[in-house]
Amino acid sequence: MEAIILQILNGLDKGSAYALIALGLTLIFGTLGVVNFAHGALFMIGAFCAVTLSRIISTSHTIIDETQTDFLGNPLKVEVPYVMDWFGEATGAAIIDWAVPLSILFAIPVMIAIGVIMERGLIKHFYKRPHADQILVTFGLAIVLQEIIKYYYGANPIPTPAPSAFVGSFDFGTMLGFEANQIIYPYWRIIYFAFAAIIIGAVFAFLQFTTFGMVVRAGMADRETVQLLGINIDRRFTLMFGIAAAVAGLAGVMYTPINSPNYHMGMDFLVLSFVVVVVGGMGSLPGAVAAGFLLGILESFASMREVLNVLPGLNQIIIYLVAIIILLTRPRGLMGRKGVMEE
Amino acid sequence: MFGLDKKDTRLLLLVAVLVALAPFILNPFPEGSGMAQFNAGYPDLMQRFVIFGIFAIGFNILFGLTGYLSFGHAAFLGVGSYAAIWMMKLLTMNVIPAVIVSVIVAGIFSLAVGWISLRRSGIYFSILTLAFAQMSYSLAYSVLTPITGGETGLQPKVNDARILDGALTDGATPKANLFGLEMGSSIEWSVGNWLFTFNAGYYVAAIVMLLAFYLSIRIFRSPFGMMLRAVKSNQQRLNYTGLNAKPYTLAAFVISGMYAGLAGGLMVAMDTQVGAERMFWTASGEVVLMSILGGVGTLIGPVLGAGAIKYMENILSKINSDILHTWFAFLPDGLEDFVVTLIYPFIGKGWHLTLGLIFMLVVIFLPGGLVEGGQRVARLFGRKKKSTDTPDGKTTPAE
Amino acid sequence: MSKMNLTRRGVLKTGAIAGAGVAAPTIFTAQSAAAFTNEPTGSSVTLGFNVPQTGPYADEGADELRAYELAVEHLNGGGDGGLMNTFSSKALQGNGILGKKVEYVTGDTQTKSDAARASARSMIEKDGAVMITGGSSSGVAVAVQALCQEAGVIFMAGLTHSNDTTGKDKKANGFRHFFNSYMSGAALAPILANNYGTDRKAYHLTADYNWGYTTEEAVRTSTEAMGWETVAAVKTPLTQTDFSSYIAPVLQSGADVLVLNHYGGNMVNSLTNAVQFGLRDKLVNDKNFEIVVPLYSRLMAKGAGANVKGIFGSTNWHWSLQDEGSKAFVKSFGTKYGFPPSQAAHTCYVQALLYADAVERAGSFNPCAVGEALKDFEFDGMGNGPTLYRGEDHQCFKDVLVVKGKENPTSEFDLLEIVEVTPVSQVTYDASIFGGELGSCNPGA
Repeated sequence: MEAIILQILNGLDKGSAYALIALGLTLIFGTLGVVNFAHGALFMIGAFCAVTLSRIISTSHTIIDETQTDFLGNPLKVEVPYVMDWFGEATGAAIIDWAVPLSILFAIPVMIAIGVIMERGLIKHFYKRPHADQILVTFGLAIVLQEIIKYYYGANPIPTPAPSAFVGSFDFGTMLGFEANQIIYPYWRIIYFAFAAIIIGAVFAFLQFTTFGMVVRAGMADRETVQLLGINIDRRFTLMFGIAAAVAGLAGVMYTPINSPNYHMGMDFLVLSFVVVVVGGMGSLPGAVAAGFLLGILESFASMREVLNVLPGLNQIIIYLVAIIILLTRPRGLMGRKGVMEE
Repeated sequence: MFGLDKKDTRLLLLVAVLVALAPFILNPFPEGSGMAQFNAGYPDLMQRFVIFGIFAIGFNILFGLTGYLSFGHAAFLGVGSYAAIWMMKLLTMNVIPAVIVSVIVAGIFSLAVGWISLRRSGIYFSILTLAFAQMSYSLAYSVLTPITGGETGLQPKVNDARILDGALTDGATPKANLFGLEMGSSIEWSVGNWLFTFNAGYYVAAIVMLLAFYLSIRIFRSPFGMMLRAVKSNQQRLNYTGLNAKPYTLAAFVISGMYAGLAGGLMVAMDTQVGAERMFWTASGEVVLMSILGGVGTLIGPVLGAGAIKYMENILSKINSDILHTWFAFLPDGLEDFVVTLIYPFIGKGWHLTLGLIFMLVVIFLPGGLVEGGQRVARLFGRKKKSTDTPDGKTTPAE
Repeated sequence: MSKMNLTRRGVLKTGAIAGAGVAAPTIFTAQSAAAFTNEPTGSSVTLGFNVPQTGPYADEGADELRAYELAVEHLNGGGDGGLMNTFSSKALQGNGILGKKVEYVTGDTQTKSDAARASARSMIEKDGAVMITGGSSSGVAVAVQALCQEAGVIFMAGLTHSNDTTGKDKKANGFRHFFNSYMSGAALAPILANNYGTDRKAYHLTADYNWGYTTEEAVRTSTEAMGWETVAAVKTPLTQTDFSSYIAPVLQSGADVLVLNHYGGNMVNSLTNAVQFGLRDKLVNDKNFEIVVPLYSRLMAKGAGANVKGIFGSTNWHWSLQDEGSKAFVKSFGTKYGFPPSQAAHTCYVQALLYADAVERAGSFNPCAVGEALKDFEFDGMGNGPTLYRGEDHQCFKDVLVVKGKENPTSEFDLLEIVEVTPVSQVTYDASIFGGELGSCNPGA
């Protein structure tokens, strides 16, 4: 029982990451009809927004400490961040500690800008081109983006911890009447789940309840008619691309304390996010979210040792197995619209 | 000739001549010169060119003709490779049984995968094939380790069974051969400062590649090929005429799976080793990129794309900063360092960056891939002639 | 100039430089030409450095490459000579190898066995490399080692920790200086027993591939011999990035130690996740919950950041060692590059020197002669104390370091502290236990 509750928690947490990435990808599929292989790279760049901001915050000057020596026997150079000079040691340390949450504010404008530039500069020329060309150009872009990151930040993962206030985990078990330490879950992952829920809710509310969102939905359904009505749908679609990039980027920022970011984390997520989107059904936002949570939960259950003892290797293939079963029983995934990307 | 029309015969002969003379064409720079770095005429890379050429030709039969985009073709290549290495471990180091069995096993596997995946079309089909390939990769790397060798892969060992071969002489290592002709043996010819290598394995693979290429021309020109194009242009209309498209697409899928298996078998024949990474999704993606880069739906395009990607992977990645410094040594010191700093991010460990940039540039400026680039050049030089007669064998517009 | 000389690329190169006249075209087969593959006949010899330059281990590969460049500099008489001054064998003169200037080519393994073999073959076939070295994973090491055996060149393994490299997949032309899973387990177990007691329940998370299996096996056997109980062992996919669903059930199992048989990105992520779950703050069975990482590297420690503090593991070498060899190496590496070398850099540098020394002692580049010179070779002064290159499996036997994540690091490189230097006698095993067949050396042509 405890084990099952625990894996549901895990599943929700994993699922929220999948759902966030898939949501951005579906926004681009649905609105622009573009297969964006660079979406994983946007997720990665979001994570590196956090890395960059924490580096900016901890910009340091060096002082020479004569009492200590470095590995070559020279006097040790100690790095002192400027924020500690300006705000005092305690406040300075606190600001550095909170770099990841602060990065959200930093990442939103950066990611929207990157999204808009990408759409205006490159993607817009590919609306009428075959999907194969879209795949090649966005894949090329993804490689270029990640190589640029690798050039400046190296290939090694960079630790980006959560604020120390969120270290440790919350004991759900005692709350539900189980023994202590049976069902524990880290604070930061709970925050990640809540954060994902808020973002997903905000995107849906934006599309559902604003005029802008209404026009975009109309454009997704029938682009020509909307244009005939004299509405500049292209500009709105450009902004939607920016929003999709920001969603991916924020997913990346908040993910950094969970996994230390490295330059190829986008590629690691790329295939998975495509599977999630397709299982959810092409062009369906609720489908993408539902599929994200479904696959997250199933993946968690498949990693239980009780399951693995019976079916060794199931954790290796569960996502793909589920994808195959769903696509064979439901032709367009969970909630796919007819005719989208079926040719 | 060979049941081909004049234009196709000319293309086939052109490819045959290019392939036969590859040791010269790919080694244009004399040994010891700074440019020798760009020589690609050594056995391993030449073998890879033709093997990945076969892989891409086969992939193009499915993707170029029917429009079905498979994202799991590397699995067939991998399965073929495993079949081949087991033949070499159990039966004989002769490459014939290995290659034949690899084609058969890949054919059976692709029949199963195709039969299921072709129930869906578009991106749903792509994800189904991807899922099968990723499952094959994951299982081969982990729980199937007893059969596949897992992380460390499989290589022929001295004490394998090999029931058809005699016992190895003491100290000998098992080597892939064709009735005694070792795949690794080469004849070298030095002319002045040039050194040309003629490798037995390369020519074996090249002959197989020419046969595969010939077969693909025949398929493109056959009624079967017409039917596949009909599937691509409008499957619904095809259905209305009372034809069931499934057997045709399934046949195309299995044929291209067998091409992949053939490529996998040849890879083992040329370099006796298999690892599970061969089936990872990036390997499937690579053949997609090769086809698009070269020109989807054209006969020669995929081969060019395969060559371009393998060339960059093997040549660019080996240039390091030392080599750059020797190239630009003639410049004044400050300028030399500046030029080297400028180029350095694009070579050696940065070869991926160059690859990504080339993908983008080609698809932006040459929508038809490298084949279109060739056509433009041809048009530039042969403006007097009407452009119908292009030498690169482009058959129909790509999309 | 004999006919044999004409056939080698080395001569063509020097011939081109000397402006030798255009000879009449000569045809010859590769086999008839030389005594062994890529026999260097000119004034230089080419070594092939095959390291990961792209992919997750690119930084480790970059460090290996730095070490090789340093080794080449020292072999050719440049720099301060580094470990050549402390090495017990004095055959190396600083005038290249056998008087030939050392040149090198580099390649990218991409940490994929196919790419690594393609790269190694191009070094052998195109550049005429007479020795291949480097790499950062056992899959690559085994694949390239098998290739070198076929081609008839020497392979000096870089970082590879699986028992298989010199166990079931050993080859006569391949040599490994790095330690292996078995040694990690044997070195770690006593330290763990001393620090955490002999009454512990361990939970293993194991990377689901060969290296993971051998490491889990090694740590299990040696800790169980100390009285520990293994509660569970769960295999995790190589491609896994989020380990929460594997770590969450650990406490429920009643285990009080978590062993992470992971390497590279897997280890960074699983350790980060485990610490995030607050496992180390828990009391289980009235004992502090502990985490163990059998194989440490500095780059991994850097990636995991503060999470490594206080966590035990083993390593092949660490720059804070105070013997003369280590100090000399840290000094010349640190002076050239500005930071201390990693264990990958150390093992690669040492392998390059060991190869050069073996050639000098053998008086020939012939792989069989070199192999004979390395076989049962005993040396010292390379940073690991007295070391033996065992003839039966071409594995080095030397002291193993047990390290712990440092509580108060003074710099971004100062992440691990040495807890104990486990003497070689404690980690030696019988060569036959892993099976495999060394075969006989292959000089190629």
